[in-house]
Amino acid sequence: MLEIQSLSASYGSKLALSDFSASVNAGEILALVGPNGAGKTTLIRAVSGVLPVRAGRVRVAGKDLSQLPAVQKARFLAVVPQARNLPPAFTVWQTVLMGRTPYLGWLGQAGEADRERTQWALERTHTLTLAGRRVDELSGGEQQRVLLARALAQDAPILLMDEPTVHLDLQHQSNLLNLIRELVNEHDLAVLMALHDLNLVALYADRVALLVEGRLRAIGTPNEVLTPARLSEIYRIPLHVISHPDYGTPLILPDGMGVREKQAN
Amino acid sequence: MDALRKPYLQNTLLLTLALTLSVAIGAVFIPPGMVARMLAAQLPGLSLPVDWPETFDVIVFRIRLPHTILITLTGAALSGSGAAYQGLFRNPLADPYLIGVASGAGLGAVLAMSFHWPNDLLGLFTVPAAAFIGATATVILVTMIARSGRALPTTTLILAGVAVGSFASALTSYLMLRSEGEVRRALAWLLGGATMSGWDPVIAALPYILIGLSALILAGHSLNVLQFGDEQAQQLGLPVERVKTLLILAASLTTAAAVSFSGIIGFIGLIVPHLVRILWGPDYRNLVPLSIIGGATTLLLADLLARIVLAPQELPVGVITALAGAPFFLWILRRAKARSFW
Repeated sequence: MLEIQSLSASYGSKLALSDFSASVNAGEILALVGPNGAGKTTLIRAVSGVLPVRAGRVRVAGKDLSQLPAVQKARFLAVVPQARNLPPAFTVWQTVLMGRTPYLGWLGQAGEADRERTQWALERTHTLTLAGRRVDELSGGEQQRVLLARALAQDAPILLMDEPTVHLDLQHQSNLLNLIRELVNEHDLAVLMALHDLNLVALYADRVALLVEGRLRAIGTPNEVLTPARLSEIYRIPLHVISHPDYGTPLILPDGMGVREKQAN
Repeated sequence: MDALRKPYLQNTLLLTLALTLSVAIGAVFIPPGMVARMLAAQLPGLSLPVDWPETFDVIVFRIRLPHTILITLTGAALSGSGAAYQGLFRNPLADPYLIGVASGAGLGAVLAMSFHWPNDLLGLFTVPAAAFIGATATVILVTMIARSGRALPTTTLILAGVAVGSFASALTSYLMLRSEGEVRRALAWLLGGATMSGWDPVIAALPYILIGLSALILAGHSLNVLQFGDEQAQQLGLPVERVKTLLILAASLTTAAAVSFSGIIGFIGLIVPHLVRILWGPDYRNLVPLSIIGGATTLLLADLLARIVLAPQELPVGVITALAGAPFFLWILRRAKARSFW
């Protein structure tokens, strides 16, 4: 569904992403992991077309994305940004309805189909009861669900997400990722998601791409990529990887470097 | 949509009232009923008994009506473009005056006039075009100076606008002082904000303002989407660069046409969109048209006040808008600082 081919991008003269290739299939979550500054956000921005690419291509359903006008692009690919600095202006309903932008005429008047899709997106993300509330006055978890709803309203087969769980507590992280997993399974979406928490990645992603200093270090299933030797080296801390008791997925445990023993003494 | 019909109705009624008062009140009071009959008598095929003195015809059709319409257009233009600049820059303090665009337009207009004084209608049409070049150059310069990385901070934009605006005003004064005759007369309207008289300026400003305002009204949804920032707007399918260029051109054209014949009138583009936002919400599809109607009404009332406070002397209307607008500006500044709500 989504093919990223030898993509390079830079901020000024600093190369932030070099020669990255990966593909995401329909019905699959590909998680992007890596230390801070590894280029995860850069990759999301470059793929979505807001950061000019130096080299390489992004192809969606066989089409070169950079050749498409913004409207066409937005019908293939929706982005769930991090919920911060939302404008102090719109209600949840208005915000989610803006996901319909690529389908509206030049006057921006929404039709019946647009309202139905918006209603569905709100129901699906459990935000219908918030519809009349101002989006900037919601909690972080609610805002993140509203932005997910907006991306769903956009009706694109590919979703890009940049750390959707970053400011959420355990319960909200888990609920949001469960919801995303459900949507991917139901609608055959292709999801490329930057995610910090390796344990969540292991639990929810089908495949993992590990980025280090702008380069793809490894790609594969969580069990293939998240090995103790590789993670210890990249994150520069000793750690253990054990098996999840229910699912057999890897669980990453940082080694406390003997802090507990020091406390005991 | 039903809930929205009311503000449009209210605003249109207020505008009608302001228009009536503006034509009726002056050195000679002409009752609104009589004004209505005088207007009706102008319609072809309608013969009404003429029961008013001949001087009234001169007062209404040669003086008050063109003045009233020019003020209406100016208020609509400055307020509509103010709403657009606020949305475009996502800045609660953006106003054609405060970001320097009005002064840039004034410089362009005076340059054109000192080069060749417009003594016919064709000449008058070139003035807004020159003002438009000045306005567009100013807005580009100001945003270039104010930009810090990818952001355009609220206060820096205003500081850059005030600095560039002052520079343009200084050049304007210099140009006018070294010129003679008719150009010098331009000083009066430009510095104080008082309108030119007669029908010619109305006719010359009208097409520019209509084109500019229509474009801004049509851009309501785009302005809404832009509130989420350029990056999200583009990801939502908005051709951001094209839309922003179009908005800058339309708002600058509107401002330029207003400044060309009414001088530099500050704060109207700040006050009105704010009140509209507080009363009827931030949706730009309504905010822009309601600001246009409300701006016309507000400037008509300010102009009425300017005409009667020191009667028989007339104050420039810019004095009234500045007296009301400067405290309003400070209030918004405090509010914007206290919380990110505006």
